[in-house]
Amino acid sequence: MIGILSAATTCEPTKCIELPANIAFGIGAVFMIYSAIRMVTTKNIVHAALYLIMVLAGVGMNFLLLQAEFVAVTQFLVYIGAIVVLFLFGIMLTKAPMGISDDLDNLKQRPYAIATALLVLVTLSYALIVSFTDTRVKLASPNSVAAVSDSIFGQYLIPFEVTSVLLLAALIGAIVLARKD
Amino acid sequence: MLLNQFLLLAAVLFAIGVYGVIVRRNGVLVLMSIELILNAVNINLVAFGSMHNVSGQVFALFVIAVAAAEVGVGLAIVLLIYRNRRSIDFDELDELKG
Repeated sequence: MIGILSAATTCEPTKCIELPANIAFGIGAVFMIYSAIRMVTTKNIVHAALYLIMVLAGVGMNFLLLQAEFVAVTQFLVYIGAIVVLFLFGIMLTKAPMGISDDLDNLKQRPYAIATALLVLVTLSYALIVSFTDTRVKLASPNSVAAVSDSIFGQYLIPFEVTSVLLLAALIGAIVLARKD
Repeated sequence: MLLNQFLLLAAVLFAIGVYGVIVRRNGVLVLMSIELILNAVNINLVAFGSMHNVSGQVFALFVIAVAAAEVGVGLAIVLLIYRNRRSIDFDELDELKG
Protein backbone atom coordinates (compact mmCIF):
# COMPACT_ATOMS: atom_id res chain seq x y z
CA MET A 1 0.00 0.00 0.00
CA ILE A 2 2.75 2.43 0.95
CA GLY A 3 4.63 1.42 -2.16
CA ILE A 4 1.64 2.21 -4.32
CA LEU A 5 1.18 5.60 -2.68
CA SER A 6 4.83 6.57 -2.94
CA ALA A 7 4.88 5.45 -6.56
CA ALA A 8 1.83 7.60 -7.19
CA THR A 9 3.46 10.69 -5.70
CA THR A 10 6.87 10.43 -7.33
CA CYS A 11 6.03 9.13 -10.81
CA GLU A 12 5.73 11.16 -13.99
CA PRO A 13 2.22 12.36 -14.85
CA THR A 14 1.71 9.91 -17.75
CA LYS A 15 2.94 6.96 -15.68
CA CYS A 16 0.97 7.80 -12.54
CA ILE A 17 -2.17 6.08 -13.73
CA GLU A 18 -0.28 2.97 -14.84
CA LEU A 19 -0.30 0.87 -11.66
CA PRO A 20 -3.86 1.59 -10.46
CA ALA A 21 -5.12 1.10 -14.00
CA ASN A 22 -3.38 -2.26 -14.22
CA ILE A 23 -4.82 -3.35 -10.86
CA ALA A 24 -8.31 -2.29 -11.98
CA PHE A 25 -7.83 -4.10 -15.25
CA GLY A 26 -6.73 -7.30 -13.50
CA ILE A 27 -9.69 -7.34 -11.12
CA GLY A 28 -12.08 -6.53 -13.97
CA ALA A 29 -10.59 -9.20 -16.24
CA VAL A 30 -10.94 -11.96 -13.63
CA PHE A 31 -14.49 -10.82 -12.90
CA MET A 32 -15.41 -10.71 -16.61
CA ILE A 33 -13.94 -14.10 -17.50
CA TYR A 34 -15.64 -15.74 -14.52
CA SER A 35 -18.98 -14.14 -15.44
CA ALA A 36 -18.62 -15.08 -19.12
CA ILE A 37 -17.85 -18.72 -18.27
CA ARG A 38 -20.80 -18.82 -15.87
CA MET A 39 -23.00 -17.26 -18.56
CA VAL A 40 -22.36 -20.03 -21.06
CA THR A 41 -22.50 -22.85 -18.49
CA THR A 42 -25.25 -21.89 -16.05
CA LYS A 43 -28.39 -23.98 -16.01
CA ASN A 44 -30.64 -21.09 -15.04
CA ILE A 45 -31.59 -18.95 -18.02
CA VAL A 46 -32.34 -15.81 -15.99
CA HIS A 47 -28.98 -16.07 -14.26
CA ALA A 48 -27.38 -16.15 -17.71
CA ALA A 49 -28.88 -12.73 -18.43
CA LEU A 50 -27.60 -11.40 -15.11
CA TYR A 51 -24.08 -12.73 -15.79
CA LEU A 52 -24.31 -11.06 -19.21
CA ILE A 53 -24.91 -7.74 -17.41
CA MET A 54 -21.73 -8.30 -15.37
CA VAL A 55 -19.69 -9.00 -18.50
CA LEU A 56 -21.11 -5.93 -20.25
CA ALA A 57 -20.29 -3.75 -17.23
CA GLY A 58 -16.75 -5.11 -17.28
CA VAL A 59 -16.44 -4.26 -20.96
CA GLY A 60 -17.64 -0.73 -20.17
CA MET A 61 -14.96 -0.51 -17.46
CA ASN A 62 -12.35 -1.49 -20.02
CA PHE A 63 -13.56 1.31 -22.28
CA LEU A 64 -13.08 3.72 -19.38
CA LEU A 65 -9.54 2.41 -18.84
CA LEU A 66 -8.87 3.11 -22.52
CA GLN A 67 -10.25 6.67 -22.05
CA ALA A 68 -13.15 6.02 -24.42
CA GLU A 69 -15.67 7.50 -22.03
CA PHE A 70 -18.36 8.19 -24.65
CA VAL A 71 -18.29 4.57 -25.81
CA ALA A 72 -18.41 3.47 -22.17
CA VAL A 73 -21.51 5.55 -21.45
CA THR A 74 -23.14 4.28 -24.64
CA GLN A 75 -22.25 0.74 -23.58
CA PHE A 76 -23.99 1.17 -20.24
CA LEU A 77 -27.04 2.89 -21.74
CA VAL A 78 -27.60 0.73 -24.81
CA TYR A 79 -26.42 -2.68 -23.61
CA ILE A 80 -27.29 -2.78 -19.93
CA GLY A 81 -30.23 -0.39 -20.23
CA ALA A 82 -31.87 -1.67 -23.38
CA ILE A 83 -30.50 -4.92 -24.77
CA VAL A 84 -30.50 -6.86 -21.49
CA VAL A 85 -34.10 -5.76 -20.87
CA LEU A 86 -34.92 -7.00 -24.37
CA PHE A 87 -33.32 -10.34 -23.50
CA LEU A 88 -35.33 -10.59 -20.29
CA PHE A 89 -38.50 -9.90 -22.29
CA GLY A 90 -37.43 -12.58 -24.77
CA ILE A 91 -36.89 -15.06 -21.93
CA MET A 92 -40.31 -14.35 -20.45
CA LEU A 93 -42.24 -14.25 -23.74
CA THR A 94 -40.87 -17.65 -24.77
CA LYS A 95 -41.96 -19.09 -21.40
CA ALA A 96 -38.47 -20.26 -20.60
CA PRO A 97 -38.24 -22.54 -17.58
CA MET A 98 -37.61 -20.48 -14.47
CA GLY A 99 -35.18 -22.17 -12.16
CA ILE A 100 -32.73 -24.90 -13.02
CA SER A 101 -33.30 -26.82 -16.23
CA ASP A 102 -31.00 -29.48 -17.60
CA ASP A 103 -31.79 -29.24 -21.32
CA LEU A 104 -30.20 -25.86 -22.08
CA ASP A 105 -27.01 -27.44 -23.42
CA ASN A 106 -26.48 -29.85 -26.25
CA LEU A 107 -24.23 -32.40 -24.59
CA LYS A 108 -23.37 -34.10 -27.88
CA GLN A 109 -21.84 -30.90 -29.22
CA ARG A 110 -19.92 -30.02 -26.07
CA PRO A 111 -16.58 -31.66 -27.03
CA TYR A 112 -16.66 -30.01 -30.44
CA ALA A 113 -17.56 -26.68 -28.86
CA ILE A 114 -14.65 -26.91 -26.40
CA ALA A 115 -12.30 -27.87 -29.22
CA THR A 116 -13.45 -24.98 -31.42
CA ALA A 117 -13.23 -22.45 -28.60
CA LEU A 118 -9.73 -23.63 -27.65
CA LEU A 119 -8.63 -23.51 -31.30
CA VAL A 120 -9.92 -19.94 -31.64
CA LEU A 121 -8.29 -18.93 -28.36
CA VAL A 122 -4.90 -20.49 -29.13
CA THR A 123 -4.79 -19.10 -32.68
CA LEU A 124 -5.78 -15.58 -31.62
CA SER A 125 -3.45 -15.57 -28.61
CA TYR A 126 -0.51 -16.80 -30.65
CA ALA A 127 -1.06 -14.18 -33.34
CA LEU A 128 -1.46 -11.40 -30.75
CA ILE A 129 1.56 -12.41 -28.67
CA VAL A 130 3.76 -12.66 -31.74
CA SER A 131 2.56 -9.35 -33.18
CA PHE A 132 2.16 -7.03 -30.18
CA THR A 133 4.54 -8.30 -27.53
CA ASP A 134 5.76 -4.96 -26.21
CA THR A 135 3.29 -2.53 -27.76
CA ARG A 136 1.97 -0.13 -25.15
CA VAL A 137 -1.31 1.75 -25.19
CA LYS A 138 -0.74 5.40 -26.06
CA LEU A 139 -3.73 7.15 -24.55
CA ALA A 140 -4.96 10.29 -26.25
CA SER A 141 -6.04 13.43 -24.43
CA PRO A 142 -8.69 12.68 -21.78
CA ASN A 143 -11.33 14.89 -23.44
CA SER A 144 -11.98 12.78 -26.53
CA VAL A 145 -15.76 13.25 -26.84
CA ALA A 146 -15.29 16.31 -29.04
CA ALA A 147 -12.95 14.35 -31.30
CA VAL A 148 -15.43 11.47 -31.49
CA SER A 149 -18.29 13.77 -32.48
CA ASP A 150 -16.12 15.54 -35.06
CA SER A 151 -15.26 12.16 -36.50
CA ILE A 152 -18.87 10.90 -36.58
CA PHE A 153 -20.28 14.06 -38.15
CA GLY A 154 -17.32 14.60 -40.46
CA GLN A 155 -15.44 11.64 -41.79
CA TYR A 156 -18.14 9.05 -40.98
CA LEU A 157 -21.27 11.09 -41.72
CA ILE A 158 -22.60 8.80 -44.45
CA PRO A 159 -22.18 5.55 -42.45
CA PHE A 160 -23.88 7.34 -39.55
CA GLU A 161 -26.89 8.23 -41.69
CA VAL A 162 -27.01 4.72 -43.14
CA THR A 163 -27.09 3.39 -39.55
CA SER A 164 -30.35 5.29 -38.99
CA VAL A 165 -31.82 3.56 -42.06
CA LEU A 166 -30.63 0.23 -40.66
CA LEU A 167 -32.31 0.91 -37.32
CA LEU A 168 -35.55 1.87 -39.10
CA ALA A 169 -35.41 -1.34 -41.13
CA ALA A 170 -34.78 -3.38 -37.99
CA LEU A 171 -37.68 -1.64 -36.22
CA ILE A 172 -40.13 -2.35 -39.05
CA GLY A 173 -38.76 -5.88 -39.46
CA ALA A 174 -39.18 -6.69 -35.78
CA ILE A 175 -42.77 -5.36 -35.76
CA VAL A 176 -43.69 -7.28 -38.93
CA LEU A 177 -42.15 -10.50 -37.60
CA ALA A 178 -43.53 -10.36 -34.08
CA ARG A 179 -47.09 -9.06 -34.61
CA LYS A 180 -49.99 -11.48 -34.47
CA ASP A 181 -52.04 -11.70 -37.65
CA MET B 1 -0.71 -0.59 -19.97
CA LEU B 2 0.21 -3.12 -22.58
CA LEU B 3 -1.99 -3.30 -25.66
CA ASN B 4 -1.90 -7.07 -25.44
CA GLN B 5 -3.70 -7.29 -22.10
CA PHE B 6 -6.85 -5.85 -23.67
CA LEU B 7 -6.49 -7.91 -26.84
CA LEU B 8 -5.96 -11.17 -24.96
CA LEU B 9 -8.95 -10.47 -22.70
CA ALA B 10 -11.03 -9.89 -25.83
CA ALA B 11 -9.72 -13.14 -27.32
CA VAL B 12 -10.79 -15.07 -24.21
CA LEU B 13 -14.26 -13.51 -24.29
CA PHE B 14 -14.54 -14.26 -28.01
CA ALA B 15 -13.64 -17.93 -27.45
CA ILE B 16 -16.17 -18.23 -24.61
CA GLY B 17 -18.81 -16.68 -26.88
CA VAL B 18 -18.02 -19.18 -29.65
CA TYR B 19 -18.38 -22.01 -27.12
CA GLY B 20 -21.76 -20.65 -26.06
CA VAL B 21 -23.04 -20.30 -29.63
CA ILE B 22 -22.17 -23.92 -30.40
CA VAL B 23 -23.24 -25.61 -27.17
CA ARG B 24 -26.45 -23.78 -26.26
CA ARG B 25 -29.80 -25.05 -27.51
CA ASN B 26 -32.03 -22.23 -26.29
CA GLY B 27 -32.39 -19.48 -28.92
CA VAL B 28 -32.18 -16.58 -26.44
CA LEU B 29 -28.97 -17.97 -24.95
CA VAL B 30 -27.42 -18.25 -28.42
CA LEU B 31 -28.21 -14.57 -29.03
CA MET B 32 -26.61 -13.71 -25.67
CA SER B 33 -23.43 -15.52 -26.68
CA ILE B 34 -23.39 -13.53 -29.93
CA GLU B 35 -23.52 -10.36 -27.83
CA LEU B 36 -20.46 -11.61 -25.95
CA ILE B 37 -18.60 -12.02 -29.28
CA LEU B 38 -19.59 -8.52 -30.43
CA ASN B 39 -18.38 -7.05 -27.13
CA ALA B 40 -15.03 -8.77 -27.52
CA VAL B 41 -14.73 -7.15 -30.94
CA ASN B 42 -15.60 -3.76 -29.42
CA ILE B 43 -12.76 -4.05 -26.90
CA ASN B 44 -10.42 -4.78 -29.77
CA LEU B 45 -11.66 -1.80 -31.79
CA VAL B 46 -11.28 0.65 -28.92
CA ALA B 47 -7.87 -0.75 -27.91
CA PHE B 48 -6.52 -0.51 -31.44
CA GLY B 49 -8.17 2.87 -31.90
CA SER B 50 -6.30 4.23 -28.90
CA MET B 51 -3.07 3.67 -30.87
CA HIS B 52 -4.12 5.92 -33.76
CA ASN B 53 -7.12 8.24 -33.53
CA VAL B 54 -10.77 8.12 -32.50
CA SER B 55 -11.88 6.06 -35.53
CA GLY B 56 -11.79 2.92 -33.39
CA GLN B 57 -14.28 4.45 -30.96
CA VAL B 58 -16.56 5.46 -33.85
CA PHE B 59 -16.47 1.92 -35.21
CA ALA B 60 -17.30 0.57 -31.74
CA LEU B 61 -20.33 2.87 -31.64
CA PHE B 62 -21.45 1.56 -35.02
CA VAL B 63 -21.04 -2.01 -33.77
CA ILE B 64 -23.21 -1.19 -30.74
CA ALA B 65 -25.94 0.23 -33.01
CA VAL B 66 -25.82 -2.78 -35.33
CA ALA B 67 -25.90 -5.14 -32.33
CA ALA B 68 -29.03 -3.42 -31.05
CA ALA B 69 -30.71 -3.87 -34.43
CA GLU B 70 -29.54 -7.48 -34.59
CA VAL B 71 -30.96 -8.31 -31.16
CA GLY B 72 -34.30 -6.73 -32.03
CA VAL B 73 -34.76 -8.73 -35.21
CA GLY B 74 -33.19 -11.86 -33.71
CA LEU B 75 -35.54 -11.89 -30.74
CA ALA B 76 -38.50 -11.29 -33.06
CA ILE B 77 -37.45 -14.34 -35.08
CA VAL B 78 -37.03 -16.42 -31.90
CA LEU B 79 -40.48 -15.31 -30.76
CA LEU B 80 -41.96 -16.32 -34.13
CA ILE B 81 -40.28 -19.73 -33.88
CA TYR B 82 -41.71 -20.12 -30.37
CA ARG B 83 -45.19 -19.20 -31.60
CA ASN B 84 -45.07 -21.72 -34.43
CA ARG B 85 -43.31 -24.59 -32.67
CA ARG B 86 -44.00 -24.03 -28.95
CA SER B 87 -40.25 -24.41 -28.40
CA ILE B 88 -37.10 -22.41 -29.12
CA ASP B 89 -34.80 -25.40 -29.10
CA PHE B 90 -32.51 -24.85 -32.08
CA ASP B 91 -31.77 -28.58 -32.32
CA GLU B 92 -35.37 -29.31 -33.24
CA LEU B 93 -35.30 -26.95 -36.22
CA ASP B 94 -34.16 -29.57 -38.71
CA GLU B 95 -36.74 -29.29 -41.47
CA LEU B 96 -34.08 -28.25 -43.97
CA LYS B 97 -32.08 -31.40 -43.28
CA GLY B 98 -32.10 -33.68 -46.34
